[in-house]
Amino acid sequence: MYPGRFQYEAPKTIAEAIAILTEAGPDAKLLAGGQSLIPMMKLRFAGPTVLVDINSIEGLDHLDLAADGSTRVGALVRHADLERSSGLGAHNPVMAAAAPLVADPSVRNRGTFVGSLCHADPQGDWAAVMVALGGSLIAQGPDGRRTIPVDDLVTGPFQTVLAHNELGVEAVAPAPKGTPMGGYLKLERRVGDFATASVAVSVDMQGGTVARAGIGLAAVASRTLNATEAADALVGGPLTPDRIQAAADAAAGIAEPKSDHRGSAEYKRHIVHTFVTRLLNRVASSMEKVA
Amino acid sequence: MTSLFEEVSDPAPSGVPVRRITMTLNGERRTVDVEPRLLLAHLIRQGFKLTGTHTGCDTTNCGACTVLMDGEPVKSCTVLAVQADGHDIETVEGLAGPSELHPIQEGFKDEHGLQCGFCTPGMMMAAKALLERNPDPTEDEVRWALSGNLCRCTGYQNIVKAVLWAGDKIRAEAGEEA
Repeated sequence: MYPGRFQYEAPKTIAEAIAILTEAGPDAKLLAGGQSLIPMMKLRFAGPTVLVDINSIEGLDHLDLAADGSTRVGALVRHADLERSSGLGAHNPVMAAAAPLVADPSVRNRGTFVGSLCHADPQGDWAAVMVALGGSLIAQGPDGRRTIPVDDLVTGPFQTVLAHNELGVEAVAPAPKGTPMGGYLKLERRVGDFATASVAVSVDMQGGTVARAGIGLAAVASRTLNATEAADALVGGPLTPDRIQAAADAAAGIAEPKSDHRGSAEYKRHIVHTFVTRLLNRVASSMEKVA
Repeated sequence: MTSLFEEVSDPAPSGVPVRRITMTLNGERRTVDVEPRLLLAHLIRQGFKLTGTHTGCDTTNCGACTVLMDGEPVKSCTVLAVQADGHDIETVEGLAGPSELHPIQEGFKDEHGLQCGFCTPGMMMAAKALLERNPDPTEDEVRWALSGNLCRCTGYQNIVKAVLWAGDKIRAEAGEEA
């Protein structure tokens, strides 16, 4: 299968990329890892007239585990860079848990974190992680940079608030409000399949108390879900079985899965409940070990 | 110098721009003109006539088209040929020396790591990247590294054995040299 014809541009700077996008209009597309876009172009679901390959732009491949606790991921950081980062596990356990579960090893060598956010696949792993972490995308356009919370980024399946001439340059997960804990669980029929359901849980612990919580759900609605009520049920207290149960109930309650060949809606909702419970139980038991 | 677009798709109408790219392919510098939509898998197979790289599913699932790009496995059906510009590409043809097989190839032969052979080039390239990073992998690590490559014949058991065999041989050879 071949993609349709397009004009190929490989700018060397962000400004040049934005200028090309501005001139080309809404039928241009950015190419980073290409692990979603190229298959879509081959299937002719996508037919950009101009393809702007950003891989030659310098200064976009930084994975910054900042001293203040925040995590900054440049637009050309591959999934494999996150998977192999030795410091990420302690710095940002939710990201570290998700990195090896994205697609398959070869796809992880090409695909990018920021590209995954901008692609806005409802089954995407990173959007759920960033929603749980309260993270943002920094987008640059002709008028400069703006910060978009990932929760506000996506408007629908494969649709975002990004303008056609805006480039996602960096994703930022903020500093935690305590010890960062949590993880990511994904049910897939085999490696590389789209998720049947997946859950990201981030909890910042101060002593035995949850100072901040976030729960993101993927593959159980037409967009990534932010389970705010579930997270609110956790904040301000310890991770008791009752509070964990309340959070799992609330998260499963907002899921809107569709029955398909991967499972029934009821099954997927059950998975969400199980994953939220399992991830929070893990945090609770590791807190007990510390205490 | 080859112009490739007419070989791999319908003839480009006059005026369709091509780009000149230079890459290292199995250690050799190659320069070609390609239409931007040409996929790396097709450049390798139809352009350079290296048909060891197979195209299986053509949808980024099966891994039969896996080649190494700067030492890391990528699915060449999901990389544009123009993106190989300036990069180092290694295919299964680059494994064997003039007179002897690569230890990974020997392993696949000795441990019966292939049946129909369609997935084998991709499996071997993914295995090469693994063994270069980690010459002494566990069985789990081998399975993990090959998890983007599908085989419908073997049930994977002998493929995993073949890679472990190759790791043993590579370590033994390194030990002799040391």
